[in-house]
Amino acid sequence: MTDYETWERRTPRQRIVRYVLTLLLVVAAVASWRALNVRYNYLGSAPTEFMDLVNRMYPPAVGYSTEIVSPLIETVHIAVLGTALAVMLSVPVALLGATNTTPNKLGFAVGKFIISFTRSVNVIIWALVFVIIFGSGTLAGVLAVAVRSIGFCSKLIAEAIEEIDPGQVEAIKATGANSVETAIYAIAPQIKPAFIGVSTYRWDINVRASTIIGFVGAGGIGVELNTAINFFQWQRVLTILLAILGIVIFSEFVSAYLRRKVR
Amino acid sequence: MLSVTDLQKTYDTGDEALKGVSMDVTGNEMVAVIGPSGAGKSTFIRCINRLTEPTGGSVELDGVEVTGLSKKELRNARRDMGMIFQEFNLIERLTVMENVLSGRLGYVSTWKAFRRVFAGDDIERAYEVLDRVGLGGHENDRADELSGGQRQRVGIARAILQRPKILLVDEPTSSLDPETSREVMDLLTEIAAEDDIPVLINIHEVDLAEEYADRIVGLRDGQKVFEGTPADLDESARGQIYRGEEIPDLTTGAQQSAVVEETAGSTPTDEGETRRG
Amino acid sequence: MATKQEERREWSRPTAFYNHYVKWAVYAVIAVFLLWSAWNMRISYARVVEGWNSGAGLVTSMFPPELTPFKTDLLIEGMVESIAMSVVATIIGAVISIPVAFMAAENIAPRPVYWVGRGLITVSRAFHELIIAIIVVKAVGIGALAGVIALTYKTLGFFAKLLAEEIEDIDEGQMEAVEATGANGIQTMLFGVVPQVMPRIVGLSIYRWDINIRHSTIVGIVGAGGIGSTLINSFDKYDYDFFMTIVLAIVAVVIVGELVSTYVRGRIQ
Repeated sequence: MTDYETWERRTPRQRIVRYVLTLLLVVAAVASWRALNVRYNYLGSAPTEFMDLVNRMYPPAVGYSTEIVSPLIETVHIAVLGTALAVMLSVPVALLGATNTTPNKLGFAVGKFIISFTRSVNVIIWALVFVIIFGSGTLAGVLAVAVRSIGFCSKLIAEAIEEIDPGQVEAIKATGANSVETAIYAIAPQIKPAFIGVSTYRWDINVRASTIIGFVGAGGIGVELNTAINFFQWQRVLTILLAILGIVIFSEFVSAYLRRKVR
Repeated sequence: MLSVTDLQKTYDTGDEALKGVSMDVTGNEMVAVIGPSGAGKSTFIRCINRLTEPTGGSVELDGVEVTGLSKKELRNARRDMGMIFQEFNLIERLTVMENVLSGRLGYVSTWKAFRRVFAGDDIERAYEVLDRVGLGGHENDRADELSGGQRQRVGIARAILQRPKILLVDEPTSSLDPETSREVMDLLTEIAAEDDIPVLINIHEVDLAEEYADRIVGLRDGQKVFEGTPADLDESARGQIYRGEEIPDLTTGAQQSAVVEETAGSTPTDEGETRRG
Repeated sequence: MATKQEERREWSRPTAFYNHYVKWAVYAVIAVFLLWSAWNMRISYARVVEGWNSGAGLVTSMFPPELTPFKTDLLIEGMVESIAMSVVATIIGAVISIPVAFMAAENIAPRPVYWVGRGLITVSRAFHELIIAIIVVKAVGIGALAGVIALTYKTLGFFAKLLAEEIEDIDEGQMEAVEATGANGIQTMLFGVVPQVMPRIVGLSIYRWDINIRHSTIVGIVGAGGIGSTLINSFDKYDYDFFMTIVLAIVAVVIVGELVSTYVRGRIQ
């Protein structure tokens, strides 16, 4: 009986909450739309503009494709180096940020701060920062990709470290091994799958990121794309887009293969 | 020989896990520590090689006072104590051979360990030890591919590759079925006899203790409440260990006599120790 | 079993590759590739020192953050536009993704429609939001509208893929029950399918909104509105003090967005 009563009483309340939330959503949507000051004539002409763009893009500039091979390779280089750098730097950060390996509270706080700060700044913003520091070029791109990835990699590696079986560590300690040997024998094998999984997964993401940092001068295919768009060379644009699609799919395939290989 | 005197452990939480336990283990005897869960059996055995840091008392192995050792000296002392765990604690993702060879880590340089290079002698011995525990041919299997009994054999192989002066065995059969448990106990008995080293084993199953041990120590609430041969473990002694029944005059008598017996029994094994060394 | 041999036996760790030669070859290839990549960067000692100095200068110029009333207005204006973009794009994207998801569901859509649906999703997922934004800017002009369209399209790819998968392993019985009442195709989908996936849509919308806030702060870099436009302007004018102020503001907004999203999703479940 009481169950029935409470159920009766709650349903209208839930319903009211629901209405209020929906209303809030509508208000937010309307307020947001008004804040954007969208010109409706632009909105109306958008579909025709898009079709026009597509028509101008087709067919892709086949002859141009040889010219973009080297920027494409550069893109992959940026992704590889950026990821390698990030993974190396993320090991100490992960050790700081994992509850079972952190030396003290200050270290833990530093680790957590690095993890959340580097993740919260987009790769393109990091690229701008490093272009300011080192000037435009591949170096800025690599550093941008690396720094952006540290938080992601450290977070996942730290989680893997937190999940290790302490019994294996004890067993190696009990043989009289020193702490470095213990790390090599007992900790490294346990986090190896996570480590390789994280690196390849992040590399896959970084290939995508490396395609755009060229917009702000940080190297890779993005530089070419930006130039082609600024000069309205739409057939070249389509060629580059197809090439990007190609390497993105390729990197996804490679990363999936590697993650399957490591058990 | 191993000589433990007044070993104490109080955890940070205030739990007194060990309230001063003393015992000697000598020769090639198998000493079983029994008691209800929470009696401090595991803490006791882990305090001996300081995986758990004792808060008082002393542990002496062949004249070396273990409790006072520096980190480096402790590592050297740990080489002499082979440890076998309840959950096997193998490195699951490494091969059987690597797990066995890890018993030599206390002897190889860090750089060699990093490159996973072991002496040819060690590898040859590892093969022999694997044959001995009945795992010949399994050296390239990954530890996580093995059954529970096989894993425990790898754990034993790892411990004996250390050439220890004593085996510390923590609940070796709790994760195994009864038949495999007996096989593991048989193997431990065999090793104690062949390598002429003592085995200190902490075990849950009283029947296994009675069947295999030369001497039984009963712990209750962090205190030694019984010590004697399996034959001495009568109904009242069991009651003392497992139900905490106070049988005043008998208990004190039994304990005293056990201590006397132990001291008397240690002399011949001391000779054995010298002969071996 | 125990075959005692006179000579010492050897052992080497079995490798995940076919044999040890292949293993070393793979390692060598990786090493050479890394060296090649590094060599291509042309790092010099002078460049690193110079970079270190200008980096230090950048950090010191960050404090105190530059907040004249004029710049504060710019900052707030850009940030409001970004958040507004993220809200609108999340809602429109989630709504539009429903029909696209049906198009891309193998068990419901006819073949040609299925391929169109899948194509829309694949393109949306393969390209970075900035690439989509830069193209939309060329089509509809600079401004927040371009940003909204770009973010909406990214949102669509995200939702439609998840929903399509959800629809593909849906309970056919419920659909048939609605169909049996005499409902037409669209009614069947609305009443037989949508209610089954609704709770997930709400949770995912909030999650996607969090992602869209992050994206809305950067699409302005290619002219698609929001705080990113303010950011790139300060960058182009070498106004690095204000640039760093904006970066810190973006970090703050992104972290708050993440906290709100996590909290709300926690409350819903």
